[in-house]
Amino acid sequence: MYTVDPRRTTSAAWADVWLGIDVGSDIALANTVGHEIIAAGLVNQDFIDHSTAHFEEYKEAVREWTLDRGEQVTGVPAEVIRQMAHDYATAETAQICWTLGITEHANATDNVLALINLSLLTGHVGRYGSGLVPIRGQNNVQGGGDMGALPNKLPGFQDVEDDEARGKFEALWGHPVPSEAGLHISLMLEAMGNKEITALYVIGENPAQSEADTAHTEALLDGLEFMVVQDIFLTRTAEMADVVLPAAAGWAESDGTSTSSERRVQRIRKALEPPGEAKDDIEIISLLAERMGRGWGIPTAEQAWDELRALSPMHAGMSYKRLEELGGIQWPCPDEDHPGTQFLHSWLWEDPMPREPAPFMPTVWVPPIDELSDEFPVRMTTGRRLDSYNTGVQSGGYHSPLRSGGIIEIAPEDGETLGLAEGDIVTVSSRRGAIDVPVYFHESLRPGLAFMAFHFPDEAAVNQLTIDAWDPKSGTAEFKATAVRIEKVA
Amino acid sequence: MSVTATAIQITIDGRPVEVAAGSTILEACRSIGEDQPTLCYLENLTPVNVCRVCVVEVEGSRTLVPSCSRLVEDGMAVATDSVRVRHSRKMVLEFLASSTDLTTADPVVAEWMDHYEADPDRYGPAAPPSDDRDSRATGHHHVSDGLAAETVYQPAKIDNTLYMRDYSKCILCYKCVEACGADAQNTFAIAIAGRGFDARVSTEFDEPLTNSACVYCGNCIGVCPTGALMFRSEYELRRADLWHEEDQTVTTTICSYCGVGCNLELHVQDNRIVKVTSPLDHSVTDGHLCIKGRFGYEYVQELGDLATTPIDIVLAEARTK
Repeated sequence: MYTVDPRRTTSAAWADVWLGIDVGSDIALANTVGHEIIAAGLVNQDFIDHSTAHFEEYKEAVREWTLDRGEQVTGVPAEVIRQMAHDYATAETAQICWTLGITEHANATDNVLALINLSLLTGHVGRYGSGLVPIRGQNNVQGGGDMGALPNKLPGFQDVEDDEARGKFEALWGHPVPSEAGLHISLMLEAMGNKEITALYVIGENPAQSEADTAHTEALLDGLEFMVVQDIFLTRTAEMADVVLPAAAGWAESDGTSTSSERRVQRIRKALEPPGEAKDDIEIISLLAERMGRGWGIPTAEQAWDELRALSPMHAGMSYKRLEELGGIQWPCPDEDHPGTQFLHSWLWEDPMPREPAPFMPTVWVPPIDELSDEFPVRMTTGRRLDSYNTGVQSGGYHSPLRSGGIIEIAPEDGETLGLAEGDIVTVSSRRGAIDVPVYFHESLRPGLAFMAFHFPDEAAVNQLTIDAWDPKSGTAEFKATAVRIEKVA
Repeated sequence: MSVTATAIQITIDGRPVEVAAGSTILEACRSIGEDQPTLCYLENLTPVNVCRVCVVEVEGSRTLVPSCSRLVEDGMAVATDSVRVRHSRKMVLEFLASSTDLTTADPVVAEWMDHYEADPDRYGPAAPPSDDRDSRATGHHHVSDGLAAETVYQPAKIDNTLYMRDYSKCILCYKCVEACGADAQNTFAIAIAGRGFDARVSTEFDEPLTNSACVYCGNCIGVCPTGALMFRSEYELRRADLWHEEDQTVTTTICSYCGVGCNLELHVQDNRIVKVTSPLDHSVTDGHLCIKGRFGYEYVQELGDLATTPIDIVLAEARTK
């Protein structure tokens, strides 16, 4: 097991080898690994010939990424990169697992493509024990996408611009469906700035604290003419809303389904009565529709699900009864005799190929947007802690013995250089803002690297520091790379 | 890829049974509906064969064998209810019941005690709790005077908000050690310290849990068969005589935190979650959880009127101390 992380995390401590990469050099590392696999003759040529396209372009694109260049850019010794490349390429099965360290960058999509290229180079995809594993940070973020909570997709990842797909929905719903893609959150914020969006209906999200560059986001939300927030908490965003619709907690106070990282759809079941006037999301939306003159009654979760099954082929075989019997089913599951799909890209190994071959997508390394300078010399990255979750509205409710609170962690060496003692209050400044927090030393950090969790926005509003530069393809902001200065509060 | 297991013929109490090679005697017994008592065995842990309550007699074997881990062999003749087996199980249960507090153990233990006519009282009155069990050095065991039955009684350890450890109830089945170690969590916060009757589950140097490597996954509680490890909520409600298992509902749902999809069993009393477990037979995590799934449910709890809902007072206190 190799762990690639700027910090020596617990996972890194468990790994056989830790690659303490410099923040934002992921593409450099992946391209160097790709170059080395090609140079050492370790590519899976049969797989490349049969299942992929544009290999020559990829080969050309990584030509410059020699081990020496890789070491220079990533900070990882060339020999270690070489070893990882060889071990990955020659392993019988190998997986690349990643999470937000890859995707919370302004070049997030390219980071992911750089990793996918490695799996195409070696054939470590689409078969048992091998694969590409984006580890989801939220219990139902996969389900949200599956259900069409994406600006360009209908449920089941059917394109809104595809007339035939859209037609099915229009026929069943008896109403036209917009045929153009909508906006993802970063573009929505931009549109709020341009006054193209003046009203917002927020369901179960706390953008006032979760988006990068908080001050900017709050100003945009403040500038709206009308905002509705439907949530189980009176979040910071809800406090700013004109109307708050109290919702039942999806996982414990209502029935439905949830889809995990591995595309497994499982049943959630109601165990508690929701408090006060809180209502199930389905009920709230149905009642709203009724007020808008389009009443369809209040369907049960199962009725809503069966409607989805009629429209989304990948869910068609997943009756509540089967979900119960099988302990969840992984999509696609096209009919009620289908067992579900354990791994998604087995088609790459079929002969003849049922689809177009998978293209290599050459990627170009660019450093993080927020550059280090004499004024902001420390690279700060943000992340999570085991006992806490997102902006803390959920996990803040229980008393964890592990809770760190809002602090900044730096390398012990930097603490010494800056003349700091643990617990000192420091001002952390970036090009966008400054906050005061206690400082602690942690041996997982190297000099020049600082870490803050984003779970405690009321104590340490880390997103006042982060940059809202975002990836044009995914819309995700560069939470992982901020240039900061740390000074002791006099 | 599937491998067809070879079938093996054995007899259990004279009945011919066909099972797959690689099965344990326990699995063979269960396949014909003849369950055996077990304490240290659990489907999601590696058998450690320490409790000896599942022993059976195998023809030709000098000693009784633990059915939970002994693999079947062709032609094996197994007796689960012979005089030796009954006698051994009776003794095992007597030793455990005379030295530990089994009041919160699975009720089935009391049924076994009846069935095997175990009489723990014949070893004399229980020795009083001691306050030095955790510091007893290996090899320095103090032999008792024989007037009282030796016990592992000692004060309960309450050093955090999430769970407590009452080692007076510990039968040293090793399940918690296994769940904390290589069978699930790989944290290794606890191990067996001491030897012989002084053996006990301990953190490094008996430090409080809060100074240990513990990550509060609660997987040790999930596997504990005697209630030695317990949620603070359950412990405090029991102390206040407000724990009413018969009034509780258990609902399986999915954890609200990360994307793994762990199954949670919410134990609900008076519209409050009082405990969270996870089904051992579910493929996603085989019954194991993390701190958030196990304990992070408070945000859906609303404290009601404290004057009329005593359960809330107890829960609120347990959550803050």
